Amino acid sequence: MNHSHIVHSQDGYSPWILLTGLFLMLLIYCYAAIFGGSSHKKWPKYRYVTWFLGLTCIAIALVGPIAHSSHINFVSHMYAHLLLGMFAPLFIALSFPLTLLLRTIKVQHARFISRLLKSEIVGFLSNPIIASLLNFGGLWTLYTTNLYSLMHQHTLLHLFVHIHIFLAGYLFTISIIYFDPTPHRHHFPFRSICMILFLAGHDILSKYIFIHPPNFVPAEQSQVGGKVMYYGGDLVDLIIIFILCLQWYKTANQRVLLIKGQSN
Amino acid sequence: MKIENTSKFRKQNFWSGVLFGLGMVAFIDETAFHQLLHWHHFYDKSTTSIGLISDGLFHAFSWFSTIWSLFLLADLRRKKAFWLKRWIGGLFLGAGLFQLYDGTVQHKFMKLHQIRYHVDILPYDLTWNITALIMVIFGLVIVLRTRKSEGMIKNES
Repeated sequence: MNHSHIVHSQDGYSPWILLTGLFLMLLIYCYAAIFGGSSHKKWPKYRYVTWFLGLTCIAIALVGPIAHSSHINFVSHMYAHLLLGMFAPLFIALSFPLTLLLRTIKVQHARFISRLLKSEIVGFLSNPIIASLLNFGGLWTLYTTNLYSLMHQHTLLHLFVHIHIFLAGYLFTISIIYFDPTPHRHHFPFRSICMILFLAGHDILSKYIFIHPPNFVPAEQSQVGGKVMYYGGDLVDLIIIFILCLQWYKTANQRVLLIKGQSN
Repeated sequence: MKIENTSKFRKQNFWSGVLFGLGMVAFIDETAFHQLLHWHHFYDKSTTSIGLISDGLFHAFSWFSTIWSLFLLADLRRKKAFWLKRWIGGLFLGAGLFQLYDGTVQHKFMKLHQIRYHVDILPYDLTWNITALIMVIFGLVIVLRTRKSEGMIKNES
């Protein structure tokens, strides 16, 4: 037990601060959903569940046994990475945080945020190509340079890498599938191609890790870790592709109805 | 309007079949040969880097095309434009072409991995690629025979 405390204090963040923070976010979300928008439609129940699951994924990735052993074991690191960079962003995107925020806060504040969303910088960052590059580029740098071993020596770097993994994963998810208000939209074929290229890159990098272990990682760990990344990435991307195609399926019918409506 | 629509749906039936065929072969390859039989290896030391890239791209594309083809199929059924015969033709063509590519370019030229290890590989390679060729020919025949839309109009009525 003492040992784990030492490791965590090296990280620079106490597990309790993080857990309290996540718990507060859960409470705020529920409060806003139940009481915040009394004049709005009832908030769908599944979104509480996805929000809870998203926060839980973050918690498991950053505190507790998996997070602890991820400092010394590459396989644990990969599981933590999968939870933080892929599962958590997907669950959080599925719980419509921005929609909830916009309907909870004052109108003039909401206007400011929607103006921000329409800005060119948000449009640039949420372009699927840029989002894929930020996500994939981060991973490539982490596993093919000595950043991976540096990260375990420097507290701030460790924190930065983990925040980047989550944010880049979230940005990528919402650049491919749309839930919250998205002023800068892209066509389905374009998003599909970006999705395929990202998944291909993810697969190639997994096999690359399988062959070339990152700094100081034993070969057996990098082989199992590579497979975890390959098949785990497949699983999450399968869900994202399914939602992407489902959203196409829904709009494809609307388009037909529109044509029919015009011809009548 | 009618003719325009049927030609559009003829294409959609074809592509839905091709993409599903491709995805299906990739899926069988992964489940049967990688996971159940353990004949294929996750990585073979002789793999070239172009092989690694090709494998990644095809794996991602097959993953996507399996799901996408089924949504195309659902869309066809919703619009009452599903044409089973042409779809099956597309399926065999897609399945055969991908298996042929996997069996020749990926296994042999890019040396991704072999069908099986520690055995005489020739009969395996022959079975693999001849099956692929039969599927291509079979699919091509059906696709060519369903080139005209009459079958579909008959099918619709």
